[in-house]
Amino acid sequence: MAASDHTILEQASEWLKQGRKVALATVVETWGSAPQPIGSQLVIDGEGNFTGSVSGGCVEGAVVTEAVDIIASGKPKLLQFGVADETAWRVGLACGGRIGVYVEPIN
Amino acid sequence: MKREILDQLLAARANRQAVALITNLEKGDQRIVPRAMASEDALAGKLDEAFRFDQSGSHDGQFINIHNPPLRLVIIGAVHIAQSVIPIAQQLGYDVTVIDPRGAFATGARFPGIALHAEWPDEIIPRIGLDPRTALIALTHDPKIDDPALDAALKSEVFYIGALGSKKTQASRAQRLKDAGFTEQQVARIHGPIGLNIGAKGAPEIAVSIMGEVTRCLRLGA
Repeated sequence: MAASDHTILEQASEWLKQGRKVALATVVETWGSAPQPIGSQLVIDGEGNFTGSVSGGCVEGAVVTEAVDIIASGKPKLLQFGVADETAWRVGLACGGRIGVYVEPIN
Repeated sequence: MKREILDQLLAARANRQAVALITNLEKGDQRIVPRAMASEDALAGKLDEAFRFDQSGSHDGQFINIHNPPLRLVIIGAVHIAQSVIPIAQQLGYDVTVIDPRGAFATGARFPGIALHAEWPDEIIPRIGLDPRTALIALTHDPKIDDPALDAALKSEVFYIGALGSKKTQASRAQRLKDAGFTEQQVARIHGPIGLNIGAKGAPEIAVSIMGEVTRCLRLGA
């Protein structure tokens, strides 16, 4: 687990206390070179505010967009990103790796 | 994730308790397994290694997220080099504690925002505790202050012990510790002269060499 990840959980807790809706994104699998280790996390609120990192900037935008939907639906989802993805031109990883990101609402 | 799970993870952190969060990636079910209970879990074989190497990972659709306690660096000596070590250690994710019984050194003005104890190491260390997620570095050169801290560190499971001082200083320190009852092998846990040999000059470079060596011990075990 990356050193900063506890801060992410604290941020999640703080946002929940403020009455915000919150989702947590976690890198659960990596193949090839990946910029952030497994266990790296991103916390997102219902408005799309976020803190943390799952890829060093390559896929955060897409994760945040999905997370806002996941907060609304209340159902967790496993997202895959990488060069094999048809959206690679938009949210691929420049390093050529692939990552799996689990996004779950906290409720 | 249920709110209770989040609260339990945060409580485990506050208590410096190692836990794993196991998530079924298909169904979303989650459970928390404390390290002490890992051998009784269905994923016992994977958990032991995951805790030891701080390595989260997925196994047959189950994601094991290791939440080890935060890394901690205990610095003996509120000295100049400590001031250079601290910002690097903080960037690397360490909670830093500074111990120095000399009140003139251990001041909030010199170490703003740092857990600072103007007490003797043998008084304060039992209260803060030393665990396998802790590194201890002794920087005072003064045996009266460094030795009791090294004594406590050698009796603990800290993952790194380092002591500032020349080879000559190290030799006399090793002899004192052996006279105090430690074996050659135990004393060999102390890295001294401290830090990787990168030809460091001045406090900031020495700080880089120290934290480089601490990182090597954390990640490679020696």
